Amino acid sequence: MLNEMHAPAKADAVTVMPVYKRTGNADIRAKGANRVMAEATTKRMAWVTQVAAVRDAKDKAAFAELFAYFAPRVKSFLMKSGASPDLAEECAQEVMVTLWNKAHLFDPTKASVSTWIFTIARNRRIDLLRKQKRPEPEDLPWGPEAEPEQADAMGLQQETEQLGQALAALPAEQRKLIERAYFGELSHSEIAAETGLPLGTIKSRIRLALERLRHTMK
Amino acid sequence: MQMKKIKHHLTDALLMGYAAGTLPEAFNLVVATHISMCDTCRAALAEFEAVGGEVMLDAAPVDMAEDALAAAMARIMDAPRTEQPKAAPAGGVFPAPLRDYVKGDLDRVKWRKIGGGVSQMVLKTEGGASVRLLRIPAGTAVPDHGHRGTELTLVLQGAFVDETDRFGAGDIEVANEDLNHTPVAEQGADCICLAATDAPLRFNGLLPRIAQRFIGI
Repeated sequence: MLNEMHAPAKADAVTVMPVYKRTGNADIRAKGANRVMAEATTKRMAWVTQVAAVRDAKDKAAFAELFAYFAPRVKSFLMKSGASPDLAEECAQEVMVTLWNKAHLFDPTKASVSTWIFTIARNRRIDLLRKQKRPEPEDLPWGPEAEPEQADAMGLQQETEQLGQALAALPAEQRKLIERAYFGELSHSEIAAETGLPLGTIKSRIRLALERLRHTMK
Repeated sequence: MQMKKIKHHLTDALLMGYAAGTLPEAFNLVVATHISMCDTCRAALAEFEAVGGEVMLDAAPVDMAEDALAAAMARIMDAPRTEQPKAAPAGGVFPAPLRDYVKGDLDRVKWRKIGGGVSQMVLKTEGGASVRLLRIPAGTAVPDHGHRGTELTLVLQGAFVDETDRFGAGDIEVANEDLNHTPVAEQGADCICLAATDAPLRFNGLLPRIAQRFIGI
């Protein structure tokens, strides 16, 4: 499984990214890909800092900023997954309450804030829409670090940003397929049968980053 | 968990389905149990969850109600809660997610004989697929069978060999319509597996097919 992975050399990774849909070509030419990447990573690190402020200081202003950005996206995600607007509103609020309550469990060396909030929203969706239990893997014996390394956290945020940009650069039909899989419109066998899914393309270097991290911790 | 060399991993489709939260509960249990034993698949899952995060970020935002933030703050203040991470149980054969369903480790399994020396315990799940623990005595074969849907077989202890390869502790076999196989438990320890299907198995002999109606595989 590892061998199929697309793993560009670290030094190239920031510069080889294809056209960015999120910012527009003119923007890219003006600013340069490196700068766009740096700004996006800074934004992600700001979310990490806001979650830490909620955890350490019960900081309501930081929570309000996270809420303003993420709650409307969680609501949208849930509506696209089949929830009514009222249920999605209710559920998005609950997801943000869970963020406050579980802030001490978030580890920025293992996930971006966007990834973490997605997993909370997904689990809430399983509870509410499918009324099933969700078995979770057991936690790793080494658990969350007391004070995660800034460089590791930064690396993971950067790689998640690259993944997002790689997704944005996919042809429309492939992107649509991935969205349908995550909105719950494709069953497991449909995913397995779907040859148009660019699983190789969307594989980022996050796995490598996590494995590197695991080795340094052993 | 034991850090044995795992050779057979989850497929991308299963990892994506688990990350998206669209697998039936029975499959989720097998996936969560395998990931508890397999660092490679744990890292791969993180990647598929990151894809989900990015899909969510790109969803066109939908306005929240005007008092949404205030309502969320009120809930936080009403019921302050902090959850602690669940510690992994020390030792034992079953990873934590499986222990939740069995309500204990291997010694708590209530085995029922299903013929041919094989025993099972069906675990209760919702949503269109079924999951069971199987105990196959060392050296014993499970009757030759095919599959209508997908069958996941995760080895927890011992090993089995079939027409495709050898599967040891932590290995998972993902079988579909194309595979007819006769798994045989290796000599040595009994082979304990966690097996899930989203359709009934199809046995290739008359007797097993009759037996199937009584044992509910």
